[in-house]
Amino acid sequence: MERIPILKMGDLLLVSIQVDMHDQLALALQDDLTDKIAKTGAHGVLIDISAVEMVDSFIGRMIANIAGMARILDARTVLVGMQPAVAITLVELGLTLPGVRTALDVERGMALLRGVGRRASNVVEVEPVPLETSDVDAGEQE
Amino acid sequence: MPASRSEELPLRAGADVVKVRQVVRTWAAEIGFSLVDQTKLVTGASELARNTLDHGRGGSVRLVMLEDGARRGLGMTFEDSGPGIADVNLALTDGYTTGNGLGLGLSGTRRLMTEFRIDSQPGQGTRVYCARWR
Amino acid sequence: MTPASTTRLPELLARHEGPILERWVEEQLATIGTKRGLMSDAELREQSREFLALVRQAAHSGGLEIEAAPWTAVRDFLGRISASRAVQGFSPAETAMFVFSLKQPIFEQLRRDGGSGEGVFDEVWHTNVLIDRLGLYTTEVYQKGREHVILRQQEEMLELSTPVVKLWDGVLALPMIGTLDSARTQIVMEALLQRIVETGASVAIIDITGVPTVDTLVAQHLLKTITAARLMGADCIISGIRPQIASTIVHLGVDLSDVITKASLADAFALALERVGLAVGRAVQRR
Repeated sequence: MERIPILKMGDLLLVSIQVDMHDQLALALQDDLTDKIAKTGAHGVLIDISAVEMVDSFIGRMIANIAGMARILDARTVLVGMQPAVAITLVELGLTLPGVRTALDVERGMALLRGVGRRASNVVEVEPVPLETSDVDAGEQE
Repeated sequence: MPASRSEELPLRAGADVVKVRQVVRTWAAEIGFSLVDQTKLVTGASELARNTLDHGRGGSVRLVMLEDGARRGLGMTFEDSGPGIADVNLALTDGYTTGNGLGLGLSGTRRLMTEFRIDSQPGQGTRVYCARWR
Repeated sequence: MTPASTTRLPELLARHEGPILERWVEEQLATIGTKRGLMSDAELREQSREFLALVRQAAHSGGLEIEAAPWTAVRDFLGRISASRAVQGFSPAETAMFVFSLKQPIFEQLRRDGGSGEGVFDEVWHTNVLIDRLGLYTTEVYQKGREHVILRQQEEMLELSTPVVKLWDGVLALPMIGTLDSARTQIVMEALLQRIVETGASVAIIDITGVPTVDTLVAQHLLKTITAARLMGADCIISGIRPQIASTIVHLGVDLSDVITKASLADAFALALERVGLAVGRAVQRR
């Protein structure tokens, strides 16, 4: 089975998802990233989904899991490039990815991870917004 | 235009779920759905396909192009002969989970569709019909 | 009633296709009158010829259930010309006349062919019911088609009437004006998210100074849009919330605690600039 490549750029790990992932591939990515964070001691993980046209609950959970595990390993995760249609669908589904920071593109994502820029610039935390229906929490493990 | 007005796809392995996403995307685009609606259809299909595979122990999905005068739509029927759902109403409430983190995702999926019906009995499998109209 | 298998309609249409077609086209041209310029005679003739052929085909089944399978091709055809005539500017009645005017030529032919009184009456009745149903179907399809067109036009107008404005690099503003309904809000919000991606804006100001009232659905759409924008990496600020709207929102129980709000567009803009790391300073005069 092919695996999604993870690039190391200094203190950051960069993953760019370009393919339509089946569940096994997503799980493999989750494992590979956690492995690599631990091995390299990276402090930042950037997940680029600008080429991803669909995020369902499984992939949403994968992303939240990655962010959770990274946090435990002292690394921050930023999700970049979500397409509008995907964002709208996720909100409708009730997935708000709590604990996952987001940015418009790789450049801003990296700036966010590096804490670069002037006061408050591009440092936008994503907090979960309470919707009228209760969220299906992607981050919870039963 | 889709070559046929109805197509059946198997759901026996993970790769089948990916295939279903692709076919639904193609059909939705040809029927002329907006990008957002296409995404909703594909995402809903992915959720239901996964359910059929994981909870229903494999099954199939039938796609149908819908017509009502000048209106067009896409209908999908997911069917399996798995264990079935004991309490459908409970399964449809937000936050319901069978113990592996996210539950069946049915309530969320329902919000993505304009039509949604579940037929399920314990021991008699499950059939989910959903559709979106342009 | 003529039993299904013994109606002579298909045979009649086959044998007398030419003359029936001619008479029918004549009838149509007579009734179209001043709208003649909307469609060429050749086009009318071609449509009529095709329709007759399809009806002849379907009539072999002998049935009068036009919703059933044998009549699918005929229904599809009627759907198509209904749509094209609507676009050309014909009224629903005029489009339906395309079908109804077929009665006369067929009745005339039935009378000419003669036969016993009872038999002829049954044939005429059969044809009458059939054409009535087809004609009514045409009006139905026409109506649905018009609804669709109107909806599209509404959507286009909405997009035009709510432009997304770039206030500065990375800062967009969406001034909303007039009453918001669910459909409009949805379209406009999707457009905003699209513009965020296109311009790479990290802040979007939604100004509702010009909105007199907001209901639950609209408030929910606003919240969903803000959440979606956040997932994409952009922040939204709502500005211009009037006191009346503020109280409506509180009464509706909508939770805006996680949403940034500013009283005026100016305040929102100042905050937005801060967010993108800019400050406005006084220009230094060169001497």
